[in-house]
Amino acid sequence: MEEQFLLPDVEDPDSAPFWQAAAQGQLVVQTCVDCGQRRFPPRPMCYRCRSLRHRWQPLSGRGTIWSYVIAHPPLLPAYEAVAPYNVVVVATAEDPTIRFVGNLVESPEEPFHRTKLDRLQIGAPVRVVFQRVDDVYLPRWMLETSGR
Amino acid sequence: MEIKDRTAIVGIGQTAFGKGLPDTELSLACQAIAAALDDAGIAPREVDGLVMFSMENGREVEVARNLGLGPITYFGEVGYGGGAGCATVGHAAMAVATGQCRVAVGWRARKRAAKASRPWANVAARVSGSVQWTRPFGLLRPVDEIAMLTRRYMYEYGATRDHLANVALACRKHANRNPFATFFDRPLTREQYMASRWISEPLCLYDNCLETDGALAVVVTSAERARDGKQPPVYIHSFAQSIPPQCQPMTNYFCEDPLRGPAWECAQLLWAKSDFKAADVRVAQIYDAFTPLILLSLEGYGFCARGEAGPFTEAGALEWPDGRLPINTSGGGLSEAYVHGFNLILEGVRQMRGTSTCQVPGAPCCLVTSGEGVPTSALLLRRA
Ligand SMILES: [Zn+2]
Repeated sequence: MEEQFLLPDVEDPDSAPFWQAAAQGQLVVQTCVDCGQRRFPPRPMCYRCRSLRHRWQPLSGRGTIWSYVIAHPPLLPAYEAVAPYNVVVVATAEDPTIRFVGNLVESPEEPFHRTKLDRLQIGAPVRVVFQRVDDVYLPRWMLETSGR
Repeated sequence: MEIKDRTAIVGIGQTAFGKGLPDTELSLACQAIAAALDDAGIAPREVDGLVMFSMENGREVEVARNLGLGPITYFGEVGYGGGAGCATVGHAAMAVATGQCRVAVGWRARKRAAKASRPWANVAARVSGSVQWTRPFGLLRPVDEIAMLTRRYMYEYGATRDHLANVALACRKHANRNPFATFFDRPLTREQYMASRWISEPLCLYDNCLETDGALAVVVTSAERARDGKQPPVYIHSFAQSIPPQCQPMTNYFCEDPLRGPAWECAQLLWAKSDFKAADVRVAQIYDAFTPLILLSLEGYGFCARGEAGPFTEAGALEWPDGRLPINTSGGGLSEAYVHGFNLILEGVRQMRGTSTCQVPGAPCCLVTSGEGVPTSALLLRRA
């Protein structure tokens, strides 16, 4: 069933480095070499200084849940089969306006649709984990355990 | 050069609304345009301007060849789906006002009820571009994308499901007076709303618009010609569009302030070009693919302060006849028909002609908006 989920085209020239880093377990964000502006989603030009030079800067992989939904049918068949499931937007710790869409998971191995839905809460601290689906490593998020 | 009041909508036309209509989208488009030209009393050969959605399936040349239009001297297309409706009329007005054409038609034809025609249901297993950041995680449908903003909005401002229900119930009440509305004979209660199934929490079934087959069209010409027309002219008083900085359509989560959508910038130009201000508006047709878009738009267009749209909807404020601001007086996308918001434009025209089934007496102008959350557009129509 996993292969029926939608996956990113990891050959997309603007975003391929993001997916390559994800395969190495790193969450990276495009950063302007000339003015330091971070930008996401990836694009060729820095909107602040028009530079075409960028590097991929690692983030800590920590953030907070900015919002979330619980999706119910009707959905594409692979998703409908596992609904209801959560989708989150996470604001990164380094820059709360750099946000990622993902899912809250219980552990690095547990599928996203098994997450107990009462765990979802706006503002909850989370950290990134990468889950392999086919040849892609998708960034998903676990709640930060207390006492960390 | 200003376009204020220099052009008018002089004809409106629509097909029946339904599910699984046998006609093609091209045929529906031609039927709606023919009806609009009849309404205007203008011959097809006089039409020399065409403005359509870039998502339209029928092409300008086919429309012109079927209806016997032209010669066409101005044609253009507007992108971004639900954001385009008011802009097709606005571009028509600009083209007429600048002399690039004399009679322009804008329209939308859509067969949406067929599941296979829904854009989100037709995706390859590998996705690229902006959706690669959202769809693999199961954020698949427009409702999921807007539900994400809605949850955040509710969290920040304390808006409730009752506020969303206020929107759905107002639209349904208005549809219940419009014999052409899909839900003409289907009342909706708050209890039904609260008991309905989830689609994408926090949004339930009744927060979602209809899926409709149908087409609608409007005819725009100069104010001078409109004064001698078959119908009372409805002046295009003000028009605006906007793509705000760092806008990403629908999944606008990647900018500084995702809850400040395209409506805000659109409103600035709309009011700057207008003799009216938001406080003068007594009836509005606000794009309603989803109920929360009404809350965001009420704030964006200045009917209340930011975060106050929930309470604004209370005490029947959005309902005809006694509400402070009756909205979507034909039922809107939620309860009349969802044809990418084009039916809102025709209802705006009916309000200014005095022929709505929820007529607001004496309203000097009517605001019509297109999709919030995408590059958008808006019109302020003025009564003759
Ligand atoms: Zn830069």
